[in-house]
Amino acid sequence: MAKLVKGVFLGILNVVFIWTALFLYSSEAYLVLVLLLLGAALVNFVFISERAYPYRYLLPAAFFMILLVVYPIVYTVYVSVTNYGTGNILTKEQVITQLQERRILDAEAGNYTYQAYRDGEGQLWFVFTGPQGELLLGHAGELTPVQEGDARLARLAEFTELARADLVRATNEISALSFALDEARQLQMRNINYFGVYRPQYQYSRERDELLDLESGIIYQPVLGYFQAPDGTRLTPGFREIIGFHNFSKLLTNPQVTGPFIRVFIWTVQWALLSVATTFSVGLFLAILLNDPHLRLRRFYRSVLILPYAVPAFISALIWRGLFHTELGVINRVLQATIGSGVPWLQDPVWAKVALVILNLWLGFPYMMIVCLGALQSIDVEMYEAALVDGASSWQQFRHITLPLLMVSVGPLLISSFSFNFNNFSVIYLLTRGRPPIVGAQTPAGHTDILISYTYRLAFESGRGVDYGLASAVTLVIFLITGAITFFNFRFTGALEEVRKNV
Amino acid sequence: MYRKHGILGSLWRHAVLLVFVVFALFPILWVISASFNPANTLVGQGLIPPNPSLDNYREVFTSEQYPIALWIKNSVVIGLITSTLVVIMTSFAAYAFSRFRFKGRRTGLFASLLIQVFPQMLAAVSIYLLVLSIGRLIPALGLNTHAGLIMVYLGGAMGVNAWLMKGYLDTIPTSLEESAMIDGASPFQAFYMIILPLARPILAVVFMLQFIGTYSELILASVLISSTEKYTLAVGLQLFIQDQYASRWGVFAAASVLGALPIVLLFLFLQKHLVTGLTSGAVKG
Repeated sequence: MAKLVKGVFLGILNVVFIWTALFLYSSEAYLVLVLLLLGAALVNFVFISERAYPYRYLLPAAFFMILLVVYPIVYTVYVSVTNYGTGNILTKEQVITQLQERRILDAEAGNYTYQAYRDGEGQLWFVFTGPQGELLLGHAGELTPVQEGDARLARLAEFTELARADLVRATNEISALSFALDEARQLQMRNINYFGVYRPQYQYSRERDELLDLESGIIYQPVLGYFQAPDGTRLTPGFREIIGFHNFSKLLTNPQVTGPFIRVFIWTVQWALLSVATTFSVGLFLAILLNDPHLRLRRFYRSVLILPYAVPAFISALIWRGLFHTELGVINRVLQATIGSGVPWLQDPVWAKVALVILNLWLGFPYMMIVCLGALQSIDVEMYEAALVDGASSWQQFRHITLPLLMVSVGPLLISSFSFNFNNFSVIYLLTRGRPPIVGAQTPAGHTDILISYTYRLAFESGRGVDYGLASAVTLVIFLITGAITFFNFRFTGALEEVRKNV
Repeated sequence: MYRKHGILGSLWRHAVLLVFVVFALFPILWVISASFNPANTLVGQGLIPPNPSLDNYREVFTSEQYPIALWIKNSVVIGLITSTLVVIMTSFAAYAFSRFRFKGRRTGLFASLLIQVFPQMLAAVSIYLLVLSIGRLIPALGLNTHAGLIMVYLGGAMGVNAWLMKGYLDTIPTSLEESAMIDGASPFQAFYMIILPLARPILAVVFMLQFIGTYSELILASVLISSTEKYTLAVGLQLFIQDQYASRWGVFAAASVLGALPIVLLFLFLQKHLVTGLTSGAVKG
């Protein structure tokens, strides 16, 4: 029975593999095809060999993790050393093809007058008259020389000849057409009256890897993702290419990039520290109050105070943005009524930061409260009794018993909370969007941007075009810092030892 | 540590707690009130709406330009599918790590621990480009598809959850499966019929954490999804309200109440389980 189920399962899997393989073959994605076949072989091996039994359980999870986490990380490293971004999106091959297809008018070849016809199916036919009076029949990109009185010309009489008004209306359609005159030259519409001869502007030499401008004779050579003339003129578009550590050095040495980057970096650290400090101190304070067995309504307080944590953060952040609204928000209305003036919450760099910290306090204190309550309850009461006998004050008890014992269990959570807030994109993005902007920055950066929102804007939102290369370089900086923090945390909690022992 | 306190002592405690209760509840009550206020604007809103009505809720369900109800449905469906698949796949992986001894086991454990270090959203640029090229080959998994988004979420969920679940499975004694296997059960049957039922609490925790995380995820969803009718609530809602607080506040409030409801209910219903999961290190997104 089990064998049958396995057989059917593997059979279905293989049908899917074969179907996908055929599809990949027909779309000429050979590299992916090879990878797929290797994968299929691996799957079959793992499911047939008894020795590979445990791997059957790991395959699905491993597949998704490698494809969607490991590969993107590796790819991020790769992109960070390239110039990938607006202006350098295409590969070198694509750029060469595109440049070679660029044509210029050959003025000496003269003008071709034309008459256009439309057949019953809506297709266009042309009769061109060259500068020497030669006749050419044009259809579907091809030209056929014809003589006066040719039967093929006579057929055109059955079609509708386009009058001048029709030509004007069909200008877009006609100007998109081209007819091959010979291997290199084409006839293209020049204006409503004439077609002209167009010839290629550039010629690429594969041996020398350079591009020759056929008209001026200037030679362009590939430099850092562009074809560049000796005088420094660049042809656009550029292509994507490995440019080494250029992006990283730009972060550290280009004043218009470095200044904002350092400011964003410092605020990111401040933000993460402030978030942990405020949520933890309030959470701990409330936990100590609520842990008091003599307090009435404990359960009520506890279940109400936990509520902010149950609301999805993206909704809370948007709600708070309404509360902080400078002209209409309730907070400013209350301030206006009591102290006589509101606060430019989201316009002023400092107040925007204050608003963020208040919002994150609201979002985060319940978590700290729950965690601290749990930790407090696990502290042995006898400790306090002993301290009392020795005459310790409440503060001394807190300082020397509660806090150290609490830190053992809560410490690692504080560190993960730090790295969570270090990358807390939604709160920043939804409340301030990183605004107000830093004046004079070359890259889109704001006073409340943290590294991750800065990366996001570099990659997806810049009005001046996107820069995947630079964005990936910043991402690697974040990786490095988050990684270091978490590694430290693992040492702290002994997670690494757990792996080591768990042979 | 705690002594009985006098009237003054309990008075300040209650006063402080009340301040925090107001802090915690005010935004929530304010939004609930706005959702019933037909004025649909932030201008001059009071805590008690003058002519309460359900107009804003009606708008959530009927607006053609901003299909908010559809966004909520999208988020719920994507969340359910992702969480279900994550629970299935991670329980398989966790079982292997917990019960079998094989080559590469330590490396695998170590890798899943290390990979947690890198939040997947950080690689958003690469993931965008990857999904773009996957879409060229298999359009159903490409950009602007729910299937593609779910696929991306699946990858990001494996590390943390496999680790969390393995820890739990390690605490289930092996003697139960051993006796089942003596009776002729295959390892798969032992896993399916003995381990999974016993692991139900951790399955529930992983499912919920994953659901909440997916439901609230913003960065990958906004990078990958681009058409209005496919938005998740997180993406759609912020575009809906962006700089429109004066003219859409009421409808936004109704959408917030409806959108928060699934999570709040899930949270309150399963609070006990969640707290266990939280103290073992998961941070909500």
